[in-house]
Amino acid sequence: MTGKPIISIKGLEKLYILGEVEVRALRGVSVDIEEGSYVAIMGPSGSGKSTMLNVLGCLDRPTAGQYFLGDENVATMGDDELSDIRGRRLGFIFQSYNLIHQLTVVENIYVPLFYQGKDLKDYERHCERLANLVGLGERLDHRPKQLSGGQQQRVAIARSLVNDPLMILADEPTGNLDSKTGTEVLNLMDKLNEAGKTIVLVTHGPEVAERAHRVLHMKDGVIDREVINRKFEPRKQANSDWLSAIEESLGLKTP
Amino acid sequence: MIAYRAIRIVQLGIKSLLLHKMRSALTMLGIIFGVCSVIAMLAIGEGASYEAQETIKKLGSNNIIIRSIKPPEDTSSGSSGGRRSYVSEHGITYKDAGRIQGTIPGVGSVLPMRIIRENVIFDQNNIPVQVIGTHPNYPEMTGAAIMRGRFLSSTDEGRQANVCVITVSLAERLFPYQDPIEEEVRLGADYYQVVGLLQEQGTEKQRAQSGNMEGQPLDSNIYIPLSTARSRFGEVVINRSAGSFNAEKVELHQLTVQFHNPESVEAAVPQIESLFQRFHKRKDYEFIVPLQLLRQAEQTKRIFNIVLGSIAAISLIVGGIGIMNIMLATVTERTREIGVRRALGAKKKDIITQFLVETVVLSFGGGLIGVMAGVIIPLLVSHFTDMKAIITWWSVILAFSISGLIGVVFGIYPASSAANLDPIDALRHE
Repeated sequence: MTGKPIISIKGLEKLYILGEVEVRALRGVSVDIEEGSYVAIMGPSGSGKSTMLNVLGCLDRPTAGQYFLGDENVATMGDDELSDIRGRRLGFIFQSYNLIHQLTVVENIYVPLFYQGKDLKDYERHCERLANLVGLGERLDHRPKQLSGGQQQRVAIARSLVNDPLMILADEPTGNLDSKTGTEVLNLMDKLNEAGKTIVLVTHGPEVAERAHRVLHMKDGVIDREVINRKFEPRKQANSDWLSAIEESLGLKTP
Repeated sequence: MIAYRAIRIVQLGIKSLLLHKMRSALTMLGIIFGVCSVIAMLAIGEGASYEAQETIKKLGSNNIIIRSIKPPEDTSSGSSGGRRSYVSEHGITYKDAGRIQGTIPGVGSVLPMRIIRENVIFDQNNIPVQVIGTHPNYPEMTGAAIMRGRFLSSTDEGRQANVCVITVSLAERLFPYQDPIEEEVRLGADYYQVVGLLQEQGTEKQRAQSGNMEGQPLDSNIYIPLSTARSRFGEVVINRSAGSFNAEKVELHQLTVQFHNPESVEAAVPQIESLFQRFHKRKDYEFIVPLQLLRQAEQTKRIFNIVLGSIAAISLIVGGIGIMNIMLATVTERTREIGVRRALGAKKKDIITQFLVETVVLSFGGGLIGVMAGVIIPLLVSHFTDMKAIITWWSVILAFSISGLIGVVFGIYPASSAANLDPIDALRHE
């Protein structure tokens, strides 16, 4: 389990056909991402960054190439299997939070589990712990409209953790936040990574990307260059109780 | 597990609908009206046809009633000035009665009636009545009840006795202060002794509804033996009305033929028809076959139900289209939510279920309220008006299940268009 690639991508290509024009969004991307690492993807618009994110997030299938998430070959999956692997293996954090309006904080956190057929009553404590972790332990029954942007994004982070994913995919998580709240959110993500969570972050901001171990710069559908910010040291063993570890590092008492 | 999930999905549906209370309520209104009108219309239709059928049943489903009518070519003769002494001779004859009794199989008994308009006089009271000359079996055949005394007997018939039976309502007006039994009343030139009081079947109610223009109740009747009627009043009936004068010679005004069972009635109808065609040159008679009327009434009711039902069904469909319209708008509005749910692991079928459940909750909720309104409205109608309304359980079930079905049918399209959204596009949707 130590440092082995959790994501293994080889020769990934994506071809869009827009009317008569063929767009080659990805032109043979190969990359490995190790478990527990923090990777940022940067690049100008049109670089294939968004497509890369969609493929990584199992929202889109590559035209050619291999994509292994854990030991599952995503490139050959059908629609239902993709839904399933997203629900089981991935956590999403979006720029615009994307909480569901009619649900409370706890219910929002629970949504990914619902689609895996898990009962809220069995996982209510787990969801409440996660809400507490992101600092919303007092607002379990609030609805998204009653929360600030930063709070909403923290609910989204809690939601991304609920299924104990292999990888958290964050798409410009601080794009809609002011710098102070943005920093808080990024600090929280650092803590998650320290506790062993693999994070892939897509951003325009160099100061955001600085927090990652590696920064992949994309250009014209390929990884143009790679910058190592700090050395990634794989854990000796997998942190099975990452939640308690973070709670401890944040000085939180288990509620 | 599955039950829990189902409850969760329904809860979620209700939550989403409550997010737009006004919109959901207005959408439901279409279904409410539809379901309500199905039940209410069918109930009122059912009630109307029930009343018609009851009226026909009173005539007796084992009976054929034959009535004398003025043949068509005679109808204008009364008022044409030059023919002073014209007497219209038509109608059922005593011989017809005998022939029916003698030749038609399955006949139980035959009840002849002569109906003469005359005024009855007792003391200061002078009341226009129908004098009915008939046989002693009148009460059994018509279901009339003897309230006091006795009905006419066969001895009265044989002796051409001057006795009469009067209806209770006539007795109340003719003898406000005396006991009518054994009193003598004058009819035309003769006196008749009252031997009994009779109550016609089901006339109380009819009178209440349709007391006629002269203020004379329908059951102001005097019954006298048929033989007496023949000898005292003769065969020619003279009508003087509004200065004009016409006379008609009619032997029997009505003949009720009772059969042993309803099957013989049907077999006998063509036989009696051919019998009459042979002996009557003109069509001066008409048949009333309650059994056939009953069938016609049932047929009419069926058509009535279909027409009412389809009008109501159209309103249900309109309601369904309303739901579909709103759900399509909702899908567009919630595209982002759909994208998020898909990203978080929802399969296409989860999205379909979610939106289908919302539609079905809307239409079932509307159906439930509609059933309540549809049950209450007919009750109010029959409480405040003379109209009878009968709520049939099948119309309730029909309307309710159609409302559910409409939810499914009109929900499938919006739900599947939601599920078929591309998750990536849906997530980017503003």
